[in-house]
Amino acid sequence: MVFLLQQTLFFTMPLLVVAIGGLFSEKAGIVNIALEGIMVFGAFTGILFLYLFRDSLSGQNALLMAMMIAAIGGGLLGLMHAYATVSMNANQSISGMSLNILAPAIAVFVAKQVTPSELIPFRQKFFIESVPVLSKIPILGPILFERAYITTYIAIFIFIIALIIINRTKFGLHIKASGEHPQALDAAGVKVKRVRYTSVLLSGALAGLGGVVFFIPTSVEFSANVSGYGFLAIAVLVFSRWNIRNIIFTSFIFGFMQTVATTYSQISLFDNLSFIPAEFYRMLPYVTTILILLLSRGESAAPSAIGKPYDVSKR
Amino acid sequence: MMLRKVIRFVQNEKLVPVYSSMLAIVAGLLVGFVILLLLNPSQSIQAFFTMLFAGLSNGPTSIGNVIYFASPIILTGLSVGFAFRTGLFNIGATGQLLTGGYIALLIGIRTTVFGPFTWLIALICAAITGALWSVIPGLLKMYKGVHEVVTTIMMNYVALFLVNFLVKQTIYNNLKNESLPAPADAVIPKFGLDHIFVNSNVQGGVFIAILMVIIIYVILNKTVFGFELKSVGYNKHASKYAGINVKLRGLQALMISGAIAGTAGAVIYLSDSLTFLKVQNTLPTQGFMGISVALLGLNDPIGIVFSGLFFGYLIVGGQKMQIFGLSPEVIDIITGMIVYFSALAIVFQNAAKRIFRMKAVDE
Repeated sequence: MVFLLQQTLFFTMPLLVVAIGGLFSEKAGIVNIALEGIMVFGAFTGILFLYLFRDSLSGQNALLMAMMIAAIGGGLLGLMHAYATVSMNANQSISGMSLNILAPAIAVFVAKQVTPSELIPFRQKFFIESVPVLSKIPILGPILFERAYITTYIAIFIFIIALIIINRTKFGLHIKASGEHPQALDAAGVKVKRVRYTSVLLSGALAGLGGVVFFIPTSVEFSANVSGYGFLAIAVLVFSRWNIRNIIFTSFIFGFMQTVATTYSQISLFDNLSFIPAEFYRMLPYVTTILILLLSRGESAAPSAIGKPYDVSKR
Repeated sequence: MMLRKVIRFVQNEKLVPVYSSMLAIVAGLLVGFVILLLLNPSQSIQAFFTMLFAGLSNGPTSIGNVIYFASPIILTGLSVGFAFRTGLFNIGATGQLLTGGYIALLIGIRTTVFGPFTWLIALICAAITGALWSVIPGLLKMYKGVHEVVTTIMMNYVALFLVNFLVKQTIYNNLKNESLPAPADAVIPKFGLDHIFVNSNVQGGVFIAILMVIIIYVILNKTVFGFELKSVGYNKHASKYAGINVKLRGLQALMISGAIAGTAGAVIYLSDSLTFLKVQNTLPTQGFMGISVALLGLNDPIGIVFSGLFFGYLIVGGQKMQIFGLSPEVIDIITGMIVYFSALAIVFQNAAKRIFRMKAVDE
């Protein structure tokens, strides 16, 4: 049970971070289907850094630096998306899709130049055996503070900060206005383009960071494939009705599905169900996403100016 | 006189998007060149021109290979482009291609009653399967308002694992972890193409691609049905007011798009060029490639033929990169950049107008 919940945390945290990234962009009115590609790119830059400095850096500092670099890498792609969609009024889905093609291509291309295969290994172990004192807490202790990754804490920290930014600050208000009624925001003397740029940049940085959060606890090497996680994060956003408070619960549900999909063979609970072929477990997260969307009330909660370039003349 | 006519033709406003696409290609290729320059400065120029002319270097053999790579992506491009014209973004071509391709192979390998027409039956069933695979996203979009981008992506992964499972159950070659090859009756006939393009991988699928392009061109441009589909794409509310069943037309549009992607699957796997349905955890690339093909081809059936051939040409060039110790992914980087640049259409359209001395469009 502890194992199951621990694994669920590993799969929930990247979804949480990337979905928050998507939230920033979409709340400001810019569709970001590039999340998938940006995750790959962020993970690529971060893990490439770990690989290149594998002899001189180790431990939590290396991981923290890798996360910073992933955020910068993701931010760069975010900047490309912002330039196309905010400055050039490009079709937001097309710009996003082009980054989804571009990012894994760059990652595989460069990886093949620096390593023998297209995978970038990271041999360092980053988990913390047990956090003193805190790991002694009954039930929660073993789940949260034993064999834990610092990425989990950072993800939760990001969630809290984002919650404060969106709901308690002036900038949060600007973001929401930029997605609901950019003309009003402009009339109030705030530069819409600047707000949108900042949001999309933040979105890219978070998605890039989410890429590292995805790979470090669940793998030993980088591959240019996050198996649709970026798109799952968009589904999380839709199902959360673009409400940041819901995102943490929705991510947990989706993370749990992913856990079942990848670790079912190690879970005694599923021993009696061994007649179900592996492929059906792998399908589970995607099938449940479709079923959940079927039951949800659709896109009525989406920011009303989403997908539309800002047109000053409509003020 | 002649020259003036040429100039007038070149300055035709309708051609501006075409120029903008061409400029996007040039810009994308430049980025590719810069990457080669950074990684392998001494051989970069040689590598770049090898890539650029590989599609012609071996005469008919190379051209045959270009056609071979172009055929399926013309079909997926047509699938995505058709959906675009009706206001839908079908990222699910991959899943429709996988399910369609699987059914085509299943019928091709496991039935014998149709004799020499096995391939035709398999092809038709692949189209039907592709259409059925897009029903769920279609219904969700039309009746629940759930965006098709999310649902079609999810359907891709469902298709991937479902097809993996089914291949293992029915048409498995467990030595190679892939499907069995298509028997001779199930291979789409080449009608002598292999004698024209000797030693190449050229397949009969190109005929299917051309046929589908013609069908879609006629539907979109010459029928009331096609007009209604486009009308729904332009303005849902106006169409509804004009008495069009918007939800039904939207669903039909996505199903037709799925059917085209399904035939792409059949075209890929009903061949004798050693392409098998592999049991793997990554999606086949032809589906996403279709998005690039459609965008560069301006979502127009004829444009898609040209852009499909262009990308086929580029793939052949990418394969030559290994000579220089570079991986063929440089092609995907160029593709991504071309799509990104074609998203920046306004910049390039203005540049095109400046080059051809036309009035600039307002932003």
